[in-house]
Amino acid sequence: MTTETFKPRKNEDDSTGNQPDIGAFISKSVLNIVLAIWAVVVIFPMAWLLYSSFKTDKEIFFSPWALPAAPQWDNFSRAWTEAHIGDYFLNSFLVVLPALFLIVFLSAMAAYVLARFPFPGNRFIFYLFMAGMLFPVFMALIPLFFLVRTLGMLNTYHGLVLVYVAYSFPFSVFFLTGFFKSLPSELHEAAIIDGANQYQVFFKIMLPLAQPGLISIGIFNFLGMWNQYLLPVVLMTDSKRYLLTQGLAFMLHQQYYKNDWSGLFAAVSLIMIPSLIVYVIFQGQIQKGITVGALKG
Amino acid sequence: MYRNKYRVIIPFLFPSLLIYLTFVIYPYLRAMYISLTRWRGLAKPPEFIGLANFAKMMQDEYFWNALGNNGVYMIMLPVFTIGLALFFAFLLTQGVPFGKFYRVSYFFPQVMSIVAIGVLWSFVYHPLIGMLNSLLQSIGINEPPVWLGNPDTVLGAVGSVMIWQAIGFFMIMFIASMEAVPDGLYEAARIDGATGWHIFWHITIPMIWETLQTAIIFILIGAANMFAITQTMTMGGPSRSSEVLSTYLYDEAFLNSEFGYGTAVAVALFVIIFLISVVLQRLMKRDTLEY
Repeated sequence: MTTETFKPRKNEDDSTGNQPDIGAFISKSVLNIVLAIWAVVVIFPMAWLLYSSFKTDKEIFFSPWALPAAPQWDNFSRAWTEAHIGDYFLNSFLVVLPALFLIVFLSAMAAYVLARFPFPGNRFIFYLFMAGMLFPVFMALIPLFFLVRTLGMLNTYHGLVLVYVAYSFPFSVFFLTGFFKSLPSELHEAAIIDGANQYQVFFKIMLPLAQPGLISIGIFNFLGMWNQYLLPVVLMTDSKRYLLTQGLAFMLHQQYYKNDWSGLFAAVSLIMIPSLIVYVIFQGQIQKGITVGALKG
Repeated sequence: MYRNKYRVIIPFLFPSLLIYLTFVIYPYLRAMYISLTRWRGLAKPPEFIGLANFAKMMQDEYFWNALGNNGVYMIMLPVFTIGLALFFAFLLTQGVPFGKFYRVSYFFPQVMSIVAIGVLWSFVYHPLIGMLNSLLQSIGINEPPVWLGNPDTVLGAVGSVMIWQAIGFFMIMFIASMEAVPDGLYEAARIDGATGWHIFWHITIPMIWETLQTAIIFILIGAANMFAITQTMTMGGPSRSSEVLSTYLYDEAFLNSEFGYGTAVAVALFVIIFLISVVLQRLMKRDTLEY
């Protein structure tokens, strides 16, 4: 932006004086300061948490802002083993990875059929999938709890995997149907003429072509599943199988009785660091993947 | 080419449909029935009582208290989130120094889980170890409030955290929408002598109107929920002053075994969200600009 472009129109807003360049310079500086302040507001609490997790309990209580005198690596090992952060990580992986694989695979197959094969009921099934986006999850919560209980899947990994997959369908099918519709159909026809069967067309041609869409939907679902809280709170009540989010909330509430603040700070840092690393590496794709819903919707 | 197409359609759709119908559609339909029943125990079946749960809700002060708190969030969250996100998006599309850095850092809270954010801010607000109050004390405020322990400040404190984490997301959404506006429109406006502020109101806002509408509905749906952040930071306290409908219905169902009533609250919450979205879409309806 140049000062030229934003120079006020003549005779308007010009009462401040006859030095528009200085005025523009000042307002530009103010705006830059505002942007910098917000960056501090976003980053500093996280930085504070990270460096505080190297402090002793005493330092945390008596000098909240100070840097640690000597880094207490022990905080992290206590968080990992005694506070079970390691176990919670493992539990989260055991649920999220299979669920992620299944949702990308199943929703791609469903979306491909809905996008490419006209048949009676096609629209109905599409709108049935869309209906899931209309309702908030907590409306289903109580019947879902009893259903999962009846199926004997409470406190099981595969039960939670199926539920995660089920609730990820509406948006994934919606997004990928649009994606498959946008792919050229000539390739499909050519492959059939060359003697490929429909399965080969899907796995060898359509899936590789759909890769950008699959990556977006994968990132979107990964973040949603990894950060999910409501469903595991209801369906994973055995504290040995807590997922990361539950474990963290549990630790915070325990802290009112136990007093290992430095361990708790370290635990939150352990959870934040992987997200931070993944985000810094893939931030472009993540921003695209996560906002994709909003922009297509 | 569509010979034997059902040999593809059926195996490709069947597993997805089965999982979806079982775990999503069935519970939603069942919820509508359960909301019309009294169902307390695990042993006894639900007993149909018509609309009695909804009549009870009308008299239930805790229901109104929770709904009122959701109402506060439904005003506070959209106003500040949209206001700041628009402001930052507009500045960052004008090309400022470190623009890329700002986009990346503002968005980061979005990839953290709400629970981790809630724990982080519980520390920040903590009366003894928190950085916020020690900052306030260092600038001469001797008795800063106990942010999460005071009924007057708790909604503001929790709401601010949600605004803090959401701004980056909506900013990125607005930036994408603003960058899709054809440059010619801005050029023409500048030739006509429009200033930054005029350009913002008369070109940017109308051109991104639909995105704005989507954003407001997204935020309202979020403000109607608030489960994870409330459960993490306050558990609805102190003395229900930050309780919202989602935490209330969770407690009614899973702590007090009021499954029928809890489900009725959930259905009421859905109806409220639905009505607000419809009304808002009507209110914000404009002729789409052609370009």
